[in-house]
Amino acid sequence: MKQEFTITIYTENQVGLLNRIAILFSRRKINIESLNTSPSEVESIHRFTIVISETEEVVRKIVRQIEKQVDVLKAYYNTNDEIIWQELALYKVPTEIIAEKVKVERLLRTYGARAVVIRKDYTIFETTGQREETDTLIKVLEQFSLIEFVRSARVAIIKDSKGFHEKLKEFEQAEPQIKNIEKTAILDEADTKIV
Amino acid sequence: MQTEILDRQKKAQEENAEITGSQALLEALIIEGVNTIFGYPGGAIMPIYDALYDYNDKLEHILVRHEQGGIHAGQGYARTSGKTGVVFATSGPGATNLVTGLADAMIDSTPLVCITGQVFAHLLGTDAFQETDVINITTPVTKWNHQITDANEIPEVLAKAFYIAKSGRPGPVLIDITKNAQLQKFNYSGYKKCTHIRSYRPKPIIREEYIKAAADMINKAQKPFVIFGQGVILGEAEQEFKQFIEKGGLPAAWTILGLSALETDHPLNVGMLGMHGNYGPNVMTNQCDVLIAVGMRFDDRVTGRLDRYAKQAKVIHLDIDPSEIDKNVKADVPVWGDCKQTLPMITNLLEKRNHENWLNGFTECMKQEVEAVIDEEMHPKTDVLTMGEVIDQLNELTKGDAVIVTDVGQHQMVACRYAKFTKSKSNITSGGLGTMGFALPAAIGAKYGAKDRTVVAVIGDGGIQMTIQELGTIMQNNINVKILILNNRFLGMVRQWQQLFHEKRYSFVNIESPDYVAVAKGYRIEGNSIEDRSKLVSALDTMLKHDGPYLLEVFVGKENNVFPMVPQGCGVSEVRLK
Ligand SMILES: Cc1ncc(C[n+]2csc(CCOP(=O)(O)OP(=O)(O)O)c2C)c(N)n1
Repeated sequence: MKQEFTITIYTENQVGLLNRIAILFSRRKINIESLNTSPSEVESIHRFTIVISETEEVVRKIVRQIEKQVDVLKAYYNTNDEIIWQELALYKVPTEIIAEKVKVERLLRTYGARAVVIRKDYTIFETTGQREETDTLIKVLEQFSLIEFVRSARVAIIKDSKGFHEKLKEFEQAEPQIKNIEKTAILDEADTKIV
Repeated sequence: MQTEILDRQKKAQEENAEITGSQALLEALIIEGVNTIFGYPGGAIMPIYDALYDYNDKLEHILVRHEQGGIHAGQGYARTSGKTGVVFATSGPGATNLVTGLADAMIDSTPLVCITGQVFAHLLGTDAFQETDVINITTPVTKWNHQITDANEIPEVLAKAFYIAKSGRPGPVLIDITKNAQLQKFNYSGYKKCTHIRSYRPKPIIREEYIKAAADMINKAQKPFVIFGQGVILGEAEQEFKQFIEKGGLPAAWTILGLSALETDHPLNVGMLGMHGNYGPNVMTNQCDVLIAVGMRFDDRVTGRLDRYAKQAKVIHLDIDPSEIDKNVKADVPVWGDCKQTLPMITNLLEKRNHENWLNGFTECMKQEVEAVIDEEMHPKTDVLTMGEVIDQLNELTKGDAVIVTDVGQHQMVACRYAKFTKSKSNITSGGLGTMGFALPAAIGAKYGAKDRTVVAVIGDGGIQMTIQELGTIMQNNINVKILILNNRFLGMVRQWQQLFHEKRYSFVNIESPDYVAVAKGYRIEGNSIEDRSKLVSALDTMLKHDGPYLLEVFVGKENNVFPMVPQGCGVSEVRLK
């Protein structure tokens, strides 16, 4: 059964790595629904967050292929109920219509949105939340001549995580490759052994 | 050699010498123990070739006739020597000509370091003359690649390249160096070999509970069956492997890349797996109770239809690459790790066994195969030669001591089926990619990788015409390779499929050949062409005894087929004997 999975990848910050990861998906004809790259909590280590809709078996295999890449430190996947995730959306609407037809304040309160820019010609709202929440506001604003809409990629954090370090140990314990976690926790050595 | 390397390193550190990027590259090669380079020059790699001019005594550079030839030679070299093959090419067309070889080396896990020249850094992305986006073109077919735009990066990146190419599951690495970086002078402070990259774990750590579980399962098995691949050769675990099967009394069958890891005549060697493999190994895959896969990746040419593959068996999978476990066949016991280490650990826990009845089953199957297929192949009732008898006579003359390099097609399957081997690293073939045109250049490299061994390239009349230009390389360097063309006047393997599965609609498989002996002669290579059985032995003997390269064309049956065969889409137990 296909479902949404969020893949988290910790990587070196290398030119070309995005392509190396992206082609692992396109080669298997898997559509990437959302992709975000950002720094991580560990200095010089990057973090990718990728969302795909697939069966768990496909996801497990592709995560292993990702992790096999030389510049990838760790990759793992989660279902939606294991993570806290958010997306940010921006909406541009004509100020005159908004001001005329709706009580802007009420609108903002109801949808947890915030006005980031208010000009004579347009207003930009911002809201952060899950897909349904940002979608609902589109529906509402469409009635008021929505000019432009954009939604960011998903960012996600694991619910029960104490951070990458602890999580890494936990994940590795669950896999047959690691015997002694203390010794191999990559980041313990990372800062001293940069190659 | 070792002291010289240390001297060089020390000297560099003391002097803090100003050298060019190109010199730093060649220094790196020397310190990595490289002595042979296959390559082809061009505008964007000229500074490196200019530096090479002064390194002639330390680095032997073989000028090939096409970059594809260069990289296949690098592959052949890596496979017979166990070292990393090194290939040079220029930017643009030079680099794109490497792509087939990179894909081949990637899928067959061959360690290569390819150096491509690139246009000046300031021209990147401008569609400059001979600029191609080599990094992005080669990303899916390299284990790692990297572009260098500053000479200061060269020592460190080269060290990483050699480490990545050879460690863990080996593979090709490509380093693209812009021309300015090749020319740039910088403060060279020596070369340090790389032994660790924080994001890269070449060998998964071994878990003892899985070793124990594997040994228990094998000890309890009534019908255990070992299938092995190139992992045994790449891990240099031939001895460990032999001890493992001998103690457990385990019949063992090979993939074509595993071929030669275990000598042909070993009593536990039960033959070849897969589409044109032996009857027994295919049928018994679906009868064994424990299937032990060692350093192999369950390619579809080995497994046939997966939902009819070894469903009755418990599977133990030993592999160094964690992503191979459960990829195609689910493992009950995953033994992640280097088989050079994991095999002896399992062997230690094995009870000494000999599964005589079970082994007899393989012998029985072989009898059936001999009657149905092999007898006719070895002793045909017609005057027309078969590929099998040519290989059989070759065995007689070489005593299984030669390196056999094969191209792709029927002759490849026949050579793998019938060639005998007494030494590892002796069967060089393009397995995963099935690259026609591989054999001639790969044989060149194979010879440089094993200079004291006889190297015979077995090639079809189709494949030879794909890279025939490498006769020029053989001529110029007087490379002692034996070229055996098995000419069936057809693209035989495709014709076989058309006969069996497309109602004999022979669509564009009829291929004409030039006079190969005359072509060879044009390249000042001696040759001969025969059609009669009576001349076979002496012709092969002359070829082998000739001091220098030699081309022998043997005309064989036009419409002979390779059997047994597991037709595509069938399970392994549906293997056909005719
Ligand atoms: C580069 C490439 N192109 C096409 C093929 C498809 N193919 C596989 S076997 C074969 C026929 C090979 O004919 P030949 O070299 O004469 O060898 P034979 O099968 O007759 O022994 C072809 C065309 C291939 N493997 N590689």
